[in-house]
Amino acid sequence: MKRFSIYLTSLVAGALLFTACHKDLDKLPPNTETSGSLYASENGYLSVLAKVYGSMALTGNVGPAGAGDVAGIDEGTSDFLRLFWKAQELSTDEAVVAWNDPGIQDFHNMNWSSANPMLKGLYYRSIYIITLCNEFIRESAPAKLADRGITGAAADRIKQMSAEVRFVRAFQYWALMDLYANPTFITEKDGVGSFLPAQTNRTALFKYVEDELKAIENQLAAPRSAAYGRADKSAAWALLARMYLNSDKVYGTGNKYNDAVTYAKKAIDGGYSLLSDYRWLMLADNNTNNPEAIWTLNYDGIRTKNFGGTTFLVNASVGGDMTSSVSGLGGWGGIRTTKNLPLLFPDFTGAIDKRAQFVQGSQQLEIENISEFKDGLAVIKYRNRTRNGGFGTDPEKTFSDIDFPVFRLAEMYLIYAEGVARGATTGTLSQAVTYVNSLRERAYGNSLGNIQSVDINADFILDERARELYWEGHRRTDLIRNDKFVEGAYLWPWKGGVKNGTAVPSFRKIYPIPDSEIASNPNIKQNTGY
Amino acid sequence: MTFNRLLAKSGVFTLLLLVFALHGFSQDRTVTGRITDNKDGSAIANASVIVKGTKTGTTTDATGSFRINVSGNDVVLIVNAVGYGRQEITVGALAQIDIPITGTPASSNEVVVVGYGTQRKKDLTGAVATVSSKDFVKGALQTPEQLIAGKVAGVQITPNSGAPGSGSVIRIRGGASLNASNDPLIVIDGVPVDNGGIAGASNPLNLINPNDIETFTILKDPSAAAIYGSRASNGVILITTKKGKKGQVKWNFGAQGFVQTPSGKVDILNSEEFASLINEKGTASQKALLGKSSTDWQDEIYQNAFAQDLNLSVNGAAFNGKWPFRISGGYLNQDGILKSGNFQRMTGSINLSPSFLNNKLKVDFNLKLARTTNFFADEGAIGNAVSFDPTKPVFSNSNRYGGYWEWLDNDGLPTLLSNRNPVALLDTRLRDNQSEVFRSIGNIQVDYQIPFIKGLRANANVGYDFGSGRGLNTISDSAAVNYRGQGSYSPYYSERRNLLYDVYLNYVKDIKAINSKIDFMVGHGRQDFTFYSYNHPGRRFNGDTIPGSLQEFINNGNPGYLLISYYSRLNYTLANKYVLTLNARTDGSSKYYTGGRWGFFPGGALAWRVSEENFLKNSKTVSDLKIRVGYGVTGQQDGIAFYGYLPSYGISNNQAQYQFGNEFVNMFRPSAYFEQLRWETTTNINAAVDFGFADNRISGTVEAFIRKTKDLLSVVPVPAGANFSNQLLKNVGNIESKGLELTLNLVPVRNDNVEWTIGANFTYVVPEITKLLDNPDPNFKGIPVGGISGGTGNTIQRHLVGQQPSTFFVYKQVYDANNKPIEGLYEDLNRDGIINENDLYLYRNPAARYFLGLNSNITVKRFTAGFVMRGNIGNYMYNNFASNSGVLRAFINPLGFLANGSSDYLNTRFANNQYFSDYYVQNASFLRMDNINIGYDAGEIAKGVRLRLSANVQNAFIITKYKGLDPEIFGGIDNNIYPRPRTFVFGVNLDF
Repeated sequence: MKRFSIYLTSLVAGALLFTACHKDLDKLPPNTETSGSLYASENGYLSVLAKVYGSMALTGNVGPAGAGDVAGIDEGTSDFLRLFWKAQELSTDEAVVAWNDPGIQDFHNMNWSSANPMLKGLYYRSIYIITLCNEFIRESAPAKLADRGITGAAADRIKQMSAEVRFVRAFQYWALMDLYANPTFITEKDGVGSFLPAQTNRTALFKYVEDELKAIENQLAAPRSAAYGRADKSAAWALLARMYLNSDKVYGTGNKYNDAVTYAKKAIDGGYSLLSDYRWLMLADNNTNNPEAIWTLNYDGIRTKNFGGTTFLVNASVGGDMTSSVSGLGGWGGIRTTKNLPLLFPDFTGAIDKRAQFVQGSQQLEIENISEFKDGLAVIKYRNRTRNGGFGTDPEKTFSDIDFPVFRLAEMYLIYAEGVARGATTGTLSQAVTYVNSLRERAYGNSLGNIQSVDINADFILDERARELYWEGHRRTDLIRNDKFVEGAYLWPWKGGVKNGTAVPSFRKIYPIPDSEIASNPNIKQNTGY
Repeated sequence: MTFNRLLAKSGVFTLLLLVFALHGFSQDRTVTGRITDNKDGSAIANASVIVKGTKTGTTTDATGSFRINVSGNDVVLIVNAVGYGRQEITVGALAQIDIPITGTPASSNEVVVVGYGTQRKKDLTGAVATVSSKDFVKGALQTPEQLIAGKVAGVQITPNSGAPGSGSVIRIRGGASLNASNDPLIVIDGVPVDNGGIAGASNPLNLINPNDIETFTILKDPSAAAIYGSRASNGVILITTKKGKKGQVKWNFGAQGFVQTPSGKVDILNSEEFASLINEKGTASQKALLGKSSTDWQDEIYQNAFAQDLNLSVNGAAFNGKWPFRISGGYLNQDGILKSGNFQRMTGSINLSPSFLNNKLKVDFNLKLARTTNFFADEGAIGNAVSFDPTKPVFSNSNRYGGYWEWLDNDGLPTLLSNRNPVALLDTRLRDNQSEVFRSIGNIQVDYQIPFIKGLRANANVGYDFGSGRGLNTISDSAAVNYRGQGSYSPYYSERRNLLYDVYLNYVKDIKAINSKIDFMVGHGRQDFTFYSYNHPGRRFNGDTIPGSLQEFINNGNPGYLLISYYSRLNYTLANKYVLTLNARTDGSSKYYTGGRWGFFPGGALAWRVSEENFLKNSKTVSDLKIRVGYGVTGQQDGIAFYGYLPSYGISNNQAQYQFGNEFVNMFRPSAYFEQLRWETTTNINAAVDFGFADNRISGTVEAFIRKTKDLLSVVPVPAGANFSNQLLKNVGNIESKGLELTLNLVPVRNDNVEWTIGANFTYVVPEITKLLDNPDPNFKGIPVGGISGGTGNTIQRHLVGQQPSTFFVYKQVYDANNKPIEGLYEDLNRDGIINENDLYLYRNPAARYFLGLNSNITVKRFTAGFVMRGNIGNYMYNNFASNSGVLRAFINPLGFLANGSSDYLNTRFANNQYFSDYYVQNASFLRMDNINIGYDAGEIAKGVRLRLSANVQNAFIITKYKGLDPEIFGGIDNNIYPRPRTFVFGVNLDF
């Protein structure tokens, strides 16, 4: 058996030799970077910064679709803007949708549950963006920059990027606070893995967002000095103004109308002015010569494509007998408005108030059947046409070039006016009247629609906000602030799933946390009522 | 590729020359030879050898050798051996011939390939099923797995569609995984092949010519499969191709011609019904859209398709009978029943199995080459044919859009969201989608009996599997389907390579003193997978690059993964009655993190051959009785991403850039990862009784199993904020299957003139998810799966604890007094007064619980006839075609065109889609006559030429209550599949 032992020995020796090859099992993915290689240069930081902003505008890393960021929801419907818009508009009198997608009619019926796929998608989208922000903030910490040998002007620019990322995170936490009140809470101090984050609440979150915005205020670029699409100081002030306006009536965090007026004024004083024609606000070339935009989500018909965002807003609003040339894209036949919105205008045609961007034709004012596109006036506020009548860049006429203004000057004017109307002492009534009249003069083309100081009150501002800011994602919060969202005192067709409208329980002022989140994180408790 | 083809060609010619060199002169003389078992090469003693046409005869000695006097050059020997039956061997002019003979199924010495070696069938301890070529399903089969459809208990083979060359879903005992692959491992001649797709190939297995296959061995339970530990959770299919046999050179030529016809049409409204519906329900503008023609679009797109399948093989031994070889070539040319589709396959294979050093060194060389060319018909035509307005003509009077009638908008352009003329989609002037796929599998296996130590041998196997696909998909700029995009021109190319080596030592010893036999094997293997793909920018028909379609790349290697394995097996047989098998395997996979990369997969089984006991040994009734129990653990790493445990950043494409100022920046995104990704493991317990009565004329197996998978690789919701996704592939969850399998083989008649066999198998299997989340929550509604057509992002199934995977999740429909479903009215199951998602309930499953297979064959003298039937019981189908198109809004819509739809509308009269009604979840149990065949053996029609004739009908009929076109769709969602044709085959086979 001597030979046998020799063979055995050589087998064992062979096996040891093979063991040396076990390092081969450490394979690295191609066409990717590790955090080490990516963050070696300023350009690496810029490309992740692009993802932070881009994850608000787009659905994933392959345009128009193919590598979505958020799982468990159809990719085309998974971007922040489309979902945020649905949550803020479809639940109100400003918009109805003909489609039958799962959960979408729940917004009209006001019977959404924690399994609603759109509310799930929105929650996960916002948290996803926050997770990206946290990663960027960790990787741009001064110690990491020093380790990587990034110094001087490059380090300063990355520091400013980091402040912008904190702004984006604050904006997303504001959205979560507004919609879900008590979401999960993670910061850059939490890592990445499979841990169970803790839950926060509306009051704590309000404080956190406020503190964050004030902390980065001085690190952000001066108003109108950042590259288009990137947030500057005014963006932070505008978000603070919006939060303070809703502090008392929506978030229950105390009367902060004085702060609302103060911060709206700071933003206004950033050097903005109204675009000369209201109808140019949401056109394909609204990125050029637009002095009104404070912070925008940017789209491009060739280079920034997805099925959400303004592509959704244009395509979905065209249907019935409308030709696709009206809006430059379209024909998904989805969204219209209830009669409540057009009835706020002196006429529907826009002849008097140009903000009335409706299509009548074969569209009916009344809604007999939500699934029928022709029931309800069509809205052509978003059009992928240019000021001089041209079309957008996409030759197939599917994808939009329209940038979406998250904050624009008109909203700041109206926050100022509403703050004053609600008793703020940091502004003046005459200034409020001036601001409102500047909007109305643009709308009417003359001073015939101007108002007087006696006209300024909360109800008027609510209507004026609808006329000026409709379909821009404000309505649900505005109605809650004015006690008109769930209450029986204000109704619209099909509110609560009833043709003439009905009141619904007040817990619906807050959306439910997704059931899958409750199921996967025992630290998270469901909102009351769900 | 060219080089490989050249190699194939030159190899074939060299071997053919050798073959012809063998024919020599001869006269009255002596023939010597040795008779061995074809499977293991063991000597067959006491076999009788008679010279045909004479009374000269002899018997073989203990080494299987014989010597016999013959005259002439046309010698035929008749060999008769117990357990092997009577066989005629053409010796011709040879002086020396080794005759390997194949045992009949009743043979007690039948040998089975079990992975890294063979085992005598009687010594098997695990659930191993074999099907050899004579039991294969007969007829025009384009893809290998179809050879055993319905033949083996526990093995379900569901054809994907009726498209030429399309593949099947193969499930052994229902599959053990949730998100990882449920496909079994397929090993061809010792090379575990990658079953993943090749660009341009509709099915990677269709590159194997079914005519080259000798046997299928299916390792169903882990005690058998554990030897392939890392990859065996879903069972293993070992395919052995035909080998060269010693003896005279034999040629075989087979030709089949077949015609395929559509087996049915989808039930839609005809043009009169359609027009009256629009006139009744449509608005004035919709009525104005009606045409005056009457077109059956389904008739327009389908055709009777013809095909031919030619195979030539030569088999013999070169160099004085020392180099057995087999060379084969095949050519298949098949049109699709959907017009314009075509599939062509050319295959070649070479097997050489020479022995050296007195048979101590055996070499087995296999090379398989295949090239397929595909012309893909646009299957979008199938959906458009059932939805296109039947009152419209095929052609317009204009020459725009290829001359086809299309829906046009106010600008004269194709209407944005409308359907398209299905005939135009199949017009090769407007659409040309072709591919060429090449695949080669080769290996060389060297087996060496190590001198001085009797019973010890070393075996080394080196092999590769190479596949490449090249294609070009062109849409003309005048085609309506992409008119706005100015057509497209899309070339693609990709490759994948899989290299392996295996070395093992095997030691076999009979220890007479303790009446025992030991068979021990220890080995090491490595398999490396690499994938290459070449990306092209999107181009318009005129070749212009579509702006933004250039891909950004960071060139740092190609994706791939690696497996390193060590394995051993011990078989211990005591007194020929008690058999013990122990397996152990450890595998390392590059897909898993360092701490969980190595998996250990043990297995063990025990068999008691009761029929060898004295009280049964001489029984005339019980010819075989064996009880087996087995236990084994296997692992899973297929079907998941390659680098799921690693953090990395990927770059966005140029259509997903973000604008900062005037600059557009590509986005880098961190990928979600589970840093502790590790092996999914499956534990299986198997118990079985194998029996044979009355000289095995009644034989079969009863087998029960429980299979539990833990650390399930599942895509599950993870706490928001903890990772870069809300769903992550991680090791969480358990799944458990229980099942029972029965196999029964009967030979009611067996005599000199008639043999009648009946085979029946029955499978019962129920999988259940037993854990899904780290923190079980009774209120969790499950993970949505099973995307359907209609709306955006709708899913119809859920994974949920306590249920079968992919259980339907629907509303409970309320019916009126006439049993018509009431639109939109569902039961408020939670009694909260609101009908919303909380009222959805779990209802039925897409997977059958019971599977049946029945086949029978009768041979009367020279005639044979047989059939194969398959049935599934308890499976339900979501009729997505009816739910999506069988409602009024599918016929009339506000988008400026009319559409046809399911005539189910006439039953429901639904105005709007009720996607989630359980009305659409329909019983899809079925019994299908897969194959009816007849054959005639014409015998020797000329000197040395034998002729056989055959005819088949495939997919002859189906019995089902299901209302859609076909009840057998894997996944349980029916939405316009390529219909499975009925096939009529005529075949000729010549031996010479």
